[in-house]
Order: sequence, then structure tokens, then C-alpha cells
Amino acid sequence: MSEVKYSKEHEWIKLEGDVATVGITKHATEMLGDIVFTELPEKGSNVQKDGTAGVVESTKAASDVYTPVSGEVVDTNQAIVDDPSKINEDPENSAWFFKLKIKDPSEMDSLMNKDDYDKFAKETSA
Amino acid sequence: MEIKKTSLYQLHYENKAKFVEFAGYQMPIQYSDGIVEEHKFTRNHSGIFDVSHMGQLFIYGNNDLVEDLEKIFPLDLKNLKINHSKYSFLMNDEAGIYDDLIITKIEKGFLIILNAACKENDFKILNKLLNNKYKMILDEKRSLIAIQGPKSVEILNDVIKGVEDLNFMTGNWFLFNEKKVYITRSGYTGEDGFEISVDNELADKFTRNLIEKGAKLIGLGARDTLRLEAGLCLYGHELDKGKTPIEANLKWAISKDRISKGDFIGSDIIIKQLNDGVQKVRVGIKPEGRIIAREKTKIFNQSDLHIGDITSGTFGPSVNGPVAMGYVENEFSKKNTKVFLEVRGKKHPANICGLPFYKKNYVKGVN
Repeated sequence: MSEVKYSKEHEWIKLEGDVATVGITKHATEMLGDIVFTELPEKGSNVQKDGTAGVVESTKAASDVYTPVSGEVVDTNQAIVDDPSKINEDPENSAWFFKLKIKDPSEMDSLMNKDDYDKFAKETSA
Repeated sequence: MEIKKTSLYQLHYENKAKFVEFAGYQMPIQYSDGIVEEHKFTRNHSGIFDVSHMGQLFIYGNNDLVEDLEKIFPLDLKNLKINHSKYSFLMNDEAGIYDDLIITKIEKGFLIILNAACKENDFKILNKLLNNKYKMILDEKRSLIAIQGPKSVEILNDVIKGVEDLNFMTGNWFLFNEKKVYITRSGYTGEDGFEISVDNELADKFTRNLIEKGAKLIGLGARDTLRLEAGLCLYGHELDKGKTPIEANLKWAISKDRISKGDFIGSDIIIKQLNDGVQKVRVGIKPEGRIIAREKTKIFNQSDLHIGDITSGTFGPSVNGPVAMGYVENEFSKKNTKVFLEVRGKKHPANICGLPFYKKNYVKGVN
């Protein structure tokens, strides 16, 4: 139950029990460039699948971060708020964004696996 | 219209540039190191900028030309020494700014460096104002390369002997590969540096020489964060036809002697604004937290009144925090005035501050 899935908005999500960890993909960080600001959802708030759940900003522009599934925010990663450059360094591991207590595991079904996402990322950036 | 490429396109490509279209040119926004590293490299070492998209306008003429140009630019051009440069602007009758520029007195005339997006229009305006009287060449056969940062003098002097003797805001002709290049000690990053006008055919070779000596190519992304930290205006953001040099806080660039005579385009408004003050004025703005307030962000006072707007805002890598410039109503323009910036629906505290955000002493400061 810990397979990592991917969204078309370039988030990754890892489900363990009923808690999902969400972050942005390495491909997303490469497109964004140096990340210099991060805004995360508030702990205890509820987020809806495909809704905005944060912001990342590079020196050039701001981009929304979306949540691939619905749930209650149970934890956020203060380390990437204090030092957003960590997201460029280790996006798919220590630089996770938030953890969700999910409501409907079936929302995971529509997401891509690694192979499909890699293909998708390659096609959309070409 | 076909997108133009500069003579350094191949070199940008080899250095893995990410390209953007800017003013009709395919320009590098960044290379593989990224904007933050490129910015810091320029501050600590030496960065090379391809600014060949900018206009290099040569105008040739004698004393008549000096007199005619004084009707256009608020400068004491009669006393401008040969190879000396001044920052100035092309204005309309209301003192609105068509472009900001650097004008240098050269043998037989002047060289004016214009913004890429404005150069064609500037040429038309100037040609009309000068009644077609003078030979004017918007030279597309020359590239313009800037080298900026503390190691630039040593690196460029290794390639072209003698540039180390140039003072800030002066220039001269030098030889590279037996061809004449015009070099000024100037730039737009807040660092010591030079701008080199070189034949297109030699631009690539010249730049590769600089890279061999340790300088690195830097994209327009870092050029923007560097100039913003240095408190310098970017046309289309801090400056446009709806803003005057007085509102833009660029009074220092207008010759005092010319103000008292008041005989240049826009002088009525300039004099009026100098006497009566202005409604809005350009200021530096420092957000209190890490929030970045970008262009068009609304600025509020403590009573929640909309008092102005941000014109440029980003993260300043050397300041290690967000920086911005914008226009506010004059009464709220004092340093340390507390304001609020509306970003994504929330108001964030910030303070009006002096410019620049980042200051280094120029090696040789005259002018």
C-alpha cells in the first residue's frame, strides 16, 4: 500500500494506511527553476481533490500546488517554508508538502503510476 | 514576424539556455545553473550578458546636433566630454517616458543605447524630432555584450588590454582581433562592469574568450533580480508613457542647469512637478516575511486605502528575501512607512524603504 502515484499537475502522492503524503515532482521543479517561496495549507483544513492546496514561487513566477485527492491536512512540512530551496534539492523525498487523512481511497485510482507519469511529463514538456 | 536571434544564439544553445521570446528576440532566460546561482556568480565573480537585442543608435553631426539633442534630452550635452556617458530618457510633451537610455558622446556624434522593445519607435520619434537632418544608424551589425561583477575588470583586461583604466560611465575604442570595439564602463546590475559593442562576426569569439578566462553566461532572469536589488528601473514596469522622471524618482539624471532654462521637451511638466510635488512616486518596498509581491500587486495603507501598486517584485538572492518597487501616493512614500500588500487575497505587511536593496561601491566612481 505504499505505491507512489502521480497527477497531471505534477504532484506525487504516497498512501500509507489512510494518510497520504503529497509533494511536487522532480520534473515540476525542473520546469519551475529555483523555488524561493512556499505556502502550505493550514493544518486541520480540508482540501478537495484537484483544488489548490498551496503555492510555490520561483524567482520568475508563482504556481499553484493542487491536491490529487481530498482529505484533512494533518501535517505540513515547515522545513520547506523556512528554506524553499530544499524542494529543488530533494523534491520527491524529504521536501514533501503536506500529509492528508484521506476520505476516499478510490480517488487514487485515476492517478498515474511512475511509468505513465514519466511518459506524460516527457510528452507535455516536448 | 520571425523571431530574431542574436549572434550568440549558438553559444546560448551550447550552454543549455532556456529561451524566451523577448521584444521579438529569442533570448536566454537562464542556463543550467539557474537564476539564483547565476545571480550570485555575477555578484561574486563575473557574469556575461547578451544584450544584443538592445538598440545601438549612432547619430552623427556637429554643433547643430548638440543643440538639437538638448531640445530633446534634459542633459548638459554641450559640456559632455568625449567618451563620457549619461543616463537619460526620451519624453513626450507631458514628460511621459518613451524610453530610458544611455547616451555617450563619441567622435562626430553620439551613441545612444535603447531598450529592445522601444528602439524602433525611438528611432522614428528621434528622426522626426531631428527633422531628418542627421545621419542616424540603428546598428544591427553590432552585438552588445555586458560583463558584470567584481572579477570583470581583470577578465576583460586579459582579453583587451587597457580597459582597466576606464572610469565609471566613460568609454573608448579598443581593438579585438584587429577590429574596433567600443567599450564603456557601465552596466545595469549594481556591479562594476563593462558593455562592449562588437561586430556580430566577432561576438561569439569574443564571448568565448571571456568564458575561457572564467566568466559565465547569465540569463535575463538573473539580470532582472540583479537590477531590482540595485534599485534600477526597467522600462515597461517602473517606467512608461504614463510616468515622468520626477515621479520615477530620477531627478538626479536631469541636469540642474537645464531645469532653470526649461527648454526641452516635457520641461513644463518637469518644472511644475519639481515646484509643486507629485501625486505618486516610485519607492522601494520590503515585505516583512518571505511573501513575494509581483507586478500589479495592490498596496494599501494602515487604514486599508489603496495607495499604489507594485511595478516589479521578486526574490532577491543577495538580499536573501523578497524585494519590490512600486508607486505609492506621495504622502505614504517616506522610508519605514508601514504598508500592506494584497497577495492571493490576503494582506501582508511591508515597509517602504530606500533604494538600492543591495549596494556595492563602484571601483572608480566619477560622474
